[in-house]
Amino acid sequence: MRYIPNSPEERGEMLKLVGLDSADELFCSIPQDVQLNRTLNVTEPLSEMELIAGMETLANKNTAAKRPSFLGAGAYSHYSPTVVDHLIQRSEFFTSYTPYQPEISQGTLQYIFEFQTLVCQLTGMDVANASMYDGSTAMAEAFLMAQRVTRREKVVIAKTVHPEYLEVAKTYTQHGNLKIETIHFDQESGRISVDDLSNLDDKCAALVIQSPNFFGCIEDVKALADKAHSVGALLILVVTEAISLGLLKSPGECDVDIVVAEGQSFGIPLSFGGPYLGLFATKEKYVRNLPGRLVGVAYDKNGNRGFVLTLATREQHIRREKATSNICTNQGLIALAATIYMETMGKKGLQEVAVQNAQKAAYAAKRISEIEGFSLPFSAPKFNEFVVRAPKSADEILSKILHEKEIVGGLSLSRYYSDNPNDFLVCVTETNSREQIDALVKSLKETSK
Amino acid sequence: MANIPENLHYSKDHEWVEVKDGVATVGITDYAQHSLGDVVYVDLPRVGDNLAPHEAFGSIESVKAVSEVFTPVAGEIVEVNDGLNDTPETVNSDPYGAAWMIRVKMENALEADAMLNAAEYEEYLSENE
Repeated sequence: MRYIPNSPEERGEMLKLVGLDSADELFCSIPQDVQLNRTLNVTEPLSEMELIAGMETLANKNTAAKRPSFLGAGAYSHYSPTVVDHLIQRSEFFTSYTPYQPEISQGTLQYIFEFQTLVCQLTGMDVANASMYDGSTAMAEAFLMAQRVTRREKVVIAKTVHPEYLEVAKTYTQHGNLKIETIHFDQESGRISVDDLSNLDDKCAALVIQSPNFFGCIEDVKALADKAHSVGALLILVVTEAISLGLLKSPGECDVDIVVAEGQSFGIPLSFGGPYLGLFATKEKYVRNLPGRLVGVAYDKNGNRGFVLTLATREQHIRREKATSNICTNQGLIALAATIYMETMGKKGLQEVAVQNAQKAAYAAKRISEIEGFSLPFSAPKFNEFVVRAPKSADEILSKILHEKEIVGGLSLSRYYSDNPNDFLVCVTETNSREQIDALVKSLKETSK
Repeated sequence: MANIPENLHYSKDHEWVEVKDGVATVGITDYAQHSLGDVVYVDLPRVGDNLAPHEAFGSIESVKAVSEVFTPVAGEIVEVNDGLNDTPETVNSDPYGAAWMIRVKMENALEADAMLNAAEYEEYLSENE
């Protein structure tokens, strides 16, 4: 807690020195009619007990957090072991900045190295950076990296990639000379069709896909990678639900060139959309074009192992105008949380969470599809999300079960894909109990009558 | 004393040029490699790129620093020594031979004649030491 460190006497002295009678005179250049002209509406000072009681009363009004929720679409509710939050609050970690000086930053550098190692193991890729701001900006950086590697100026992105990721990438790259084209998805399968990639040509720096995609469908990653490579383009794979890496074939095995992922699922609270964590991994041959920081192992003259920032000549603080990107930091604390999460869960733990997600989602999908008038429009295999087609407006149904049953039933897709107003996206994770799923099914059934 | 072969042209940025049939082979001098220290990475352009006179065409990373390499002659790049990707240390061991960097089809075949010859480059080095 910070207090204003100067006393009324000191403030008087300062005002006298600059020749003013009151602090208000400092604001005289602001027109009267836009000034507040009254004191702020806050209570008199409270005792600590009164303050805490008041805050608890306010917090108890927030019932949203207690409702069963089936929202996903890029931000996922997962269980985070208590040790994650406990360890990241250690002051050695909590207050540190991305390290430039290995002499005083071995602990931080070591965990970043562990983070990179874990991301590589999980994705099956050769090299991962120290993290990016979030999944969407990582994807935009991947566009720029593909442009550097191939010296081509067009990327082709599937419409099954999270629509907000595309918005971020457009904003991020708008002042460069990158052209972004989209490809449609197959209305029957819910994923892009390998045989229908007409704008993938030899002008193309990268083909960009998401798997599981925005509809929860698993794309045919290997076949799409082969297609991209056949015209000399890179395949960029976007993963918004990192838990899926615990179950699906690794991107490395599918010959993906750049993997970007949102790491929020790894022990990071939802917290209204951020701060989150971008994962970024690639093949070794592209390492010189990697954006962001990279930590490597080094040995001192006595042969002792240490950790240092490596390949830093790609970076802005060494060569400003020649840097691969203007990212010269990482999501330090959030990457630490993800590292502790992955190390706590371990390989088996991650696999188990992934299996639970897939099974619970499969159960929910089956039960919902059995309700009269409801169907699952897409046939492709899914992970923990799926699209439901309702007999009437999804907005109407979701609003009704929210207000009448206190259930957050999913995300209406009409705001992204206006041609299907009855579709909504449902996500089921290990945090959703069978009772919650059954309650959702029951309320959908009642609402549609 | 730096090795300065007689038959080459030199720039004040410490690149050497050898011209054969209108094509200039470009590398960095023994003096340059010695000043840089152990070279760990050489970033080179691609065949087909067009270079303006004295444009930076790549960079050399040593354990000490990253330095740009400039082309003494203008023209289109017709060949690039991709071998340096895997063996950047040849810049230290054989700067006038195996560590040539690019071959440029010269726009002006006489451009190299305006560069320093071996004696002039040697004098330039001794003046600047």
